[in-house]
Amino acid sequence: MTLPSEHHRSWRRWRPDQQWEGYLFILPSFLGFLVFVIAAVLFSLGISFSHWGLTGFKEWAGLQNYQALLRDPVFWRALGNTLFYLITIVPSQLVLGLAMALALNQALRGIGFYRLIYFMPVVTTIVAGAIVFRLLFSAQGPVNSFIEGAAALLGFGVEMPNWLGSTRYAKWAVVFLTLWKNTGFTMVIYLAALQGVPRELYDAAHTDGANAWQRFRNVTLPMISPTTFFLFVFQAIGAFQLFTEPFVMTRGGPANSSLSVVQYIYFAAFRDIRMDKASAMAWFLFVFIFIFTLIQNRMQQHWVYYETSE
Amino acid sequence: MTVHVSTPTGQAPTGLGRWGRLALHAVLLTGTLLMITPFLVMLVVSLIPQEAFLARDFSPANFSLNNFAETFRQVPFGRYYFNSTVVSVSVTIGQILVSSLAAFAFARLRFRGRDALFLLYLATLMIPFPVTLIPNFLIIRGLGWYDSYPALIVPGFFSVFSTFLLRQYYRGLPMELDEAARMDGASSLRIWWQIVLPLSGPVLAALAIFVFQGVWNDFLWPLVVTTSVEMRTIPVGLNSFVGQYSTAWGLLMAGSVIALLPVLVIYILAQRWFVEGITLSGMGGR
Repeated sequence: MTLPSEHHRSWRRWRPDQQWEGYLFILPSFLGFLVFVIAAVLFSLGISFSHWGLTGFKEWAGLQNYQALLRDPVFWRALGNTLFYLITIVPSQLVLGLAMALALNQALRGIGFYRLIYFMPVVTTIVAGAIVFRLLFSAQGPVNSFIEGAAALLGFGVEMPNWLGSTRYAKWAVVFLTLWKNTGFTMVIYLAALQGVPRELYDAAHTDGANAWQRFRNVTLPMISPTTFFLFVFQAIGAFQLFTEPFVMTRGGPANSSLSVVQYIYFAAFRDIRMDKASAMAWFLFVFIFIFTLIQNRMQQHWVYYETSE
Repeated sequence: MTVHVSTPTGQAPTGLGRWGRLALHAVLLTGTLLMITPFLVMLVVSLIPQEAFLARDFSPANFSLNNFAETFRQVPFGRYYFNSTVVSVSVTIGQILVSSLAAFAFARLRFRGRDALFLLYLATLMIPFPVTLIPNFLIIRGLGWYDSYPALIVPGFFSVFSTFLLRQYYRGLPMELDEAARMDGASSLRIWWQIVLPLSGPVLAALAIFVFQGVWNDFLWPLVVTTSVEMRTIPVGLNSFVGQYSTAWGLLMAGSVIALLPVLVIYILAQRWFVEGITLSGMGGR
């Protein structure tokens, strides 16, 4: 997301006659920015450093909220679950989305139909999606029946878990829901990137005798690596903030086994009315996301290829 | 800035023979089946009475609309629809107007502090939603807006992201247009309304769809700032329905179908706009 080059000569000089006009144009937006972002951020920081309950501010707490978090096993549980969502969802979504985009980038009949269907979950209300997945992954639900039936046909028996009632498998049901919901988005973004790869590069590689895999490995992948980087960071930030999927599907259970950090923030703030603890958690998450993004930004120079366009 | 999503020309050479194409179709159809099964399950179960469902009897002979009638009796879906429509339309229009005004100033007016302020805007893009969730809830409650339309609508008027996206687009329009209009005595407001806005039709449409479907599907914010049944939006209403009827699958699926059907119909009719809107906005307007 680079800003276009500043090409107007006197661009940076301000004009007296546009001084007040400029402020007036920005005013509505600036008011919102001031209240819902700047004030909110400072407010949140203040809450996280104080004792804050049902009646509001009680007293300053220093670092106590943060220290209490580090001793809270449920917080660590939620953090672990969130990391689990991150490492399962993000890579599989990239791989599946790219595979779907590559398939749809071929000159085939019916591409429009496939894209219509693959993108449908993206525009679906996630709550409705989560309700269906509750049914799909229920103990005697369609997923278990199908797998058991298929296994029986092949002549062996399998014991399928009661996904949503299992501390081990509930998380996986959430992962499948998220993949179903979001892969179409990844696919569409990749598709746009694939269509931007210059045809000549493939022709040249072809002339040099590169086979399909070599063309993919040495032309396609480097050319779409900025998109991969963008999707990776974007999806990772989304996974850090996963809320609705586990909230509707499992309510975080059983025994907090699918609880995400944002879900725990929600429960702390709006069920237990511990705004202070919840705010400290939100800042913890922010720092986590920030460091993660910083590391990715540093690492991108090793694998992201930016075309220098003249 | 144009997003070309479905250009069958200019693709990578397939080099696929007839069998290769068949295999590809087989893979794509399997994917289609996986993606569409949840929708089919939703539809079929919504049409099956509870007794037939418990007996696992899914024959079309049992299909009836009783679950839908019952769902409408139990849940004020009409009200949820009304709320979701009012909120989504208001936020979309308000956010685009507010962001467009600010983006115009950031892109095409010259005033002191402009670039510093814009940088400050950009810096806050990093802040995750959970950080501002709690203070914004307290601010809304402090304003006396808890459980009201302003709580659902007003915070949505402001968006750093939309401002950024439109500013990038407005930077790309020739500056000479403004200068010529100013020669003719046009005010900045007129230039914005009569020159810049009409020239940004496609990007505004794409952004509008992106914003609209984001607000329509938003769950956490309306969950936090509403409490009465009358103020619920569709996702929140659907969620409370799960709490009440956790295993009445026929009713739950009927509710889901009711919630989804209009959106999916609009999506199928205006698919190109949806995909372009989300692609364009998703990539930050590149």
